[in-house]
Amino acid sequence: MNILELVGLRKQFGELVAVDDIDLTIEEGEIRGLIGPNGSGKTTLFNLITGFIRPTRGRVIWHGHDITGQSPHAIAKKGIARTFQLTTLFKDMTALQNVVIACHLHTKIGLFQQFLRAVGTRKKERAIEEKAVGLLESVGIADVKDEIAGELPHGHQRALEIAIALATESKLLLLDEPVTGMNPIETRDMMDKIKMLRERGITILLVEHDMRAVMSTCGKITVMNFGKKIAEGTPEEVSKHEEVIEAYLGRG
Amino acid sequence: MPRDNLLRPIGLAVLAIILVALPFPLKEYYVDVLTVLLINVILVVSFRLITTTGGWSLAHIPLMGAGAYATALMTRTFGWPFWLTLPLAGLAAALIGLIMSYPLVRTKGFAFFIASFAAGEAMRLCWTRFRVPFGGVSGLTNIPPPEAIPLPGLQAIDFSGAIPYYFLALVVTVLCLLIMYRLDKSRIGDTLKAIHSEESLAKSIGINIIKYKILAFVVASFFAGIAGVLLAHRLWAITPQQFGFANTLYLLVWVILGGYHTFVGPIIGVCVLTGLSQLLIPLAEWVPMVYGVILILTLLFLPEGLEGLSRRMSPLVEKMQMMGRGIMRYATRK
Repeated sequence: MNILELVGLRKQFGELVAVDDIDLTIEEGEIRGLIGPNGSGKTTLFNLITGFIRPTRGRVIWHGHDITGQSPHAIAKKGIARTFQLTTLFKDMTALQNVVIACHLHTKIGLFQQFLRAVGTRKKERAIEEKAVGLLESVGIADVKDEIAGELPHGHQRALEIAIALATESKLLLLDEPVTGMNPIETRDMMDKIKMLRERGITILLVEHDMRAVMSTCGKITVMNFGKKIAEGTPEEVSKHEEVIEAYLGRG
Repeated sequence: MPRDNLLRPIGLAVLAIILVALPFPLKEYYVDVLTVLLINVILVVSFRLITTTGGWSLAHIPLMGAGAYATALMTRTFGWPFWLTLPLAGLAAALIGLIMSYPLVRTKGFAFFIASFAAGEAMRLCWTRFRVPFGGVSGLTNIPPPEAIPLPGLQAIDFSGAIPYYFLALVVTVLCLLIMYRLDKSRIGDTLKAIHSEESLAKSIGINIIKYKILAFVVASFFAGIAGVLLAHRLWAITPQQFGFANTLYLLVWVILGGYHTFVGPIIGVCVLTGLSQLLIPLAEWVPMVYGVILILTLLFLPEGLEGLSRRMSPLVEKMQMMGRGIMRYATRK
């Protein structure tokens, strides 16, 4: 079943066409790679899907429903989570607090209840905290839960970002270059975590520059260049595609 | 730490005793200075609520004025008792804050600054422009003091005197601070801080940032309105001038000097500068310049305000404690 479908999605900034009539279909349970040279429109595509920017035209379809132009928090509520290209955390809070805040979406505690902190609310809050610790465990950083997020090492921060995204209980996770700046061992660790996420039933769209990481993790890869989709297929098919070699692989 | 657990209630008890005993030996003038200080404490703490979402509102003093005008109109025109208009005027200010916040929270940084200034000035212009009902430039006078509370068998508490009014302001201030403290420490407070810390991440995890920013602005407006009510019933007369830009600047200096990262920061700022203003009364016309110098020095040397100073001093304090312990050990050795 198609979890996400993009139909003729286009974004123009003045003269510049950042995303040029993209059609893309993602099936439930796959790990899709999205690659392309710098400036090919990958991050813009992420921003269009998650509602951070509005498309010039075209549609974003989520489980058969049109969600084009909705606000980011509404789209997050529907079940699409994302991480950012530059490490983005609530830096002054502890790792645990970061994840607890992200559990916000699924805490059925009203504003007044939050304020009054009734007995039942406290029990709920404790349950949320346990859930948050569980999420930190699942990305392997539960031991640093009480440390300030901004002071964690880079690899831990990247893992924390994923824990935050998971806390929203999303069905689709958009990862924007999760292994940038990591050494090969950290990269392999991260890719293992991503594969583990799929086993939890989460569909993944992965933007990444590390070709080896993408080739070994993704079942299917979409290649963009100058805002256009130029190829799509298995890692083998894509790596043999002439236009791709010319645009991307050939340069390295 | 158990030491902290003990220090806190003791500190609060000492503070409570000081606050209760303080007005009795003082002249009436200084009791009123303390009352205004309490009112300003409500003002700065509510102002910080807006700064935690990242905006520096220049409409806060005019919103205080909204509370003052609302209570003046309600008590004078309808003859409603102060005890009813106190919450109602707060709600009136909150309502105006709600209307203002709709466009305001959609602006950011400098635009928020200027837009909030314009919104506040527009309201002030209404008070100046419309003699009915706002009294124009000369404002509204004959605002009655709060109705006396009869005590069975004892003399009724009459709030026209300075000391009873001080205690009224003290009780209201403590209540307001308790509510705002609770809010700051609740999940709502955490969410506001998260929005300030990283807005796009907050959006991406499903936080409706507009809703929370409006909430902060409206709650802050409510408490600014309450501060305005307390001011109006002590001064007995209000003018548009009182809620002008000069006072907005003072508010900003209080909060910047004190620091706005913690709950107590702005309170420290307003207390220190109120004390300083009293010392500078003989040099009254120099006060704005002194404030300006303080503002510049703070921004240069204490970017986190006085509250940051204590954090910066803490290694020094620890070192001194260690030295002290060493000396003690040396002295008790024999």
